[in-house]
Amino acid sequence: MARIEAEVGKPQGGLMKWIDDRFPFTETMKYHATEYYASKNFNFWYVFGVLAFVVLAIQLVTGIFLTMNYKPAAAEAFASVEYIMRDVEWGWLIRYMHSTGASFFFVVVYLHMFRAMLYGSYKKPRELIWIIGMMIFFVLMAEGFAGYLLPWGQMSYWGAQVIISLFGAIPGIGEALVEIIRGDYSISDITLNRFFALHVIVLPLLLIGLIFVHIVALHEVGSNNPDGVEIKENKGPNGVPLDGIAFHPYHTSKDLVAIIIFLMVFSAVVFFAPDMGGYFLEHANFEPANLTATPEHIAPVWYFTPFYAILRAVPDKLWGFILFALAVLLPVFLPWLDRARVKSIRYRGWIYKSALATFVVTFLALGWLGTQPAEDIYVLAARIFSVLYFAFFLLMPYYTTIDKTKPVPDRVVYHG
Amino acid sequence: MDKSKMFSRLVALVALFVVAESFAAGGGAQLDPADIDPGNISSLQRGARNFMNYCSGCHSAQYVRFNTIGKYLDLSEEQLVDNLMFNADKTFETIKASMPAADAARWYGTPPPDLSLMARAKGADYVYNFLRSFYLDPESPTGVDNVVLAGTSMPNVLWELQGYQNAIFTEHTVDGVTSSQFEEFEHVTAGTLDAEDFDEFVRDTVNFLAYIAEPIRSDRRKLGVWVLMYLIVFWIIALMLKKQIWKDVK
Repeated sequence: MARIEAEVGKPQGGLMKWIDDRFPFTETMKYHATEYYASKNFNFWYVFGVLAFVVLAIQLVTGIFLTMNYKPAAAEAFASVEYIMRDVEWGWLIRYMHSTGASFFFVVVYLHMFRAMLYGSYKKPRELIWIIGMMIFFVLMAEGFAGYLLPWGQMSYWGAQVIISLFGAIPGIGEALVEIIRGDYSISDITLNRFFALHVIVLPLLLIGLIFVHIVALHEVGSNNPDGVEIKENKGPNGVPLDGIAFHPYHTSKDLVAIIIFLMVFSAVVFFAPDMGGYFLEHANFEPANLTATPEHIAPVWYFTPFYAILRAVPDKLWGFILFALAVLLPVFLPWLDRARVKSIRYRGWIYKSALATFVVTFLALGWLGTQPAEDIYVLAARIFSVLYFAFFLLMPYYTTIDKTKPVPDRVVYHG
Repeated sequence: MDKSKMFSRLVALVALFVVAESFAAGGGAQLDPADIDPGNISSLQRGARNFMNYCSGCHSAQYVRFNTIGKYLDLSEEQLVDNLMFNADKTFETIKASMPAADAARWYGTPPPDLSLMARAKGADYVYNFLRSFYLDPESPTGVDNVVLAGTSMPNVLWELQGYQNAIFTEHTVDGVTSSQFEEFEHVTAGTLDAEDFDEFVRDTVNFLAYIAEPIRSDRRKLGVWVLMYLIVFWIIALMLKKQIWKDVK
């Protein structure tokens, strides 16, 4: 450890000095990597931030190559995707990586958010990191939604039709807003064109900007850990947190192991089940968009279905939309809803543990229900789970106050 | 986690996806399994022959090129030209329908859909059952209806091979709502193929349809094995590197 640090830190001449005199390269490397200290006891749940970064890279690179061959026009879009799948060299691989990447982005981000709920990472002093993270999530949802229209299949078209028309429920401005989003009286070539612009320029730029800010905020405060202990409160004589180890090479070498395992799972889907049983690529989306034939059963892609189930559980259109929006927005307020004195689940009482476990079941159940047809029994179940979903957030100030917590140790628990 | 455990889990994961993928092709209930064998080249060759003779008169497969088929199905350019390319000159052309789409739309009420992706959109089982489920219906303009897709405007183009059949429905009344439920087929006239050979004929055709829906399917699976093997080796090296670097973390 000492040797590696010494090499990076030693005064340099030559090219490195020339650059450092003009750009804070070495300083930035130190601040963000070689002298950014994070707890040594990171576990499984701490890999998803890095994995989200890996997926982002996959999406950006494959996205660029898709853009070279895709045609954002209603008359040509579907055929151009098939052209990519069949005639472009390695086009099928690029396309499957991108479509699988979209779903994995959400898998990884949902797990990343769950980690924050497990270990109270959104609590003081990391509230802003959490809020920026939620903004990333919103942009990601918009990005996924815009991207899903581009193949111009039946589900692209009708899924977008259903979701965009939701905004029509807003009193007064609703219909006008829907027209502004579509740019037309129905989803058309114009809508496809603007969604393409949003998907390849506007939203990715926002996403990259927000991720940059997310990491800057994280490196200012420092990472949380599975014990919820502030490692900066226990520093050695050299000013380095006693429980901290440098991001590079320690965490990077550990993350590399996780990244490869992730790539194995990712490749298993790309090469052996790119449709993922109709969840990643929906069957109906292999038929071109047809304005005159509604598919039997319209469901958004799986990563929107928990919220979609809540929307459908409400019999009134406007209230459905309000609760849908609320369900998406509520997690933003977690830092203030959660009144517990401890961060980590390790030192919380049985009440929060049960609440979080119920929430996980609720979220998964809503996700499944959102893919099912809106029939009696499913709607009833969706109503019950919707109540549980909101109860988790709205009752949180109460149950986290009365929950009996355990004493938190001064230092992180690490068994080597 | 030790390496052998990791490896066996990975194998199990891949196996799970492969199984999931084959189930994914299924659609609604009570469909007979198509049981296609994507690796059987002669079945695919027969399927290509069936497709060009019985389907391509009305249906296009506008994303499928003859030379792509030839390469995968082990057919020479000469064989392609002589046996499959009835309305195409060059092997790089895609499969076009012989019937003009505008006429077809006028005659049938709706243009026959392109079949490039049909097996992927509907599932192989669906197409397999659809093609076997035409029955006589004197009220229909084509003289037939279909159990799988009621009210279809497609005539039974395979009648010569299958013969004619009637469908027997039973009426059920639940809560005052009467619905008819399909029970079984009853052969009226015999076709040139017996039931088993006819199913085989349809199976080959569906096999071909499944192939053209995703021509790179077998390539991606073969490549996937290499990618995973590479990642396993890379993973072991990364694990050793991590252990080395973390040696002094106490």
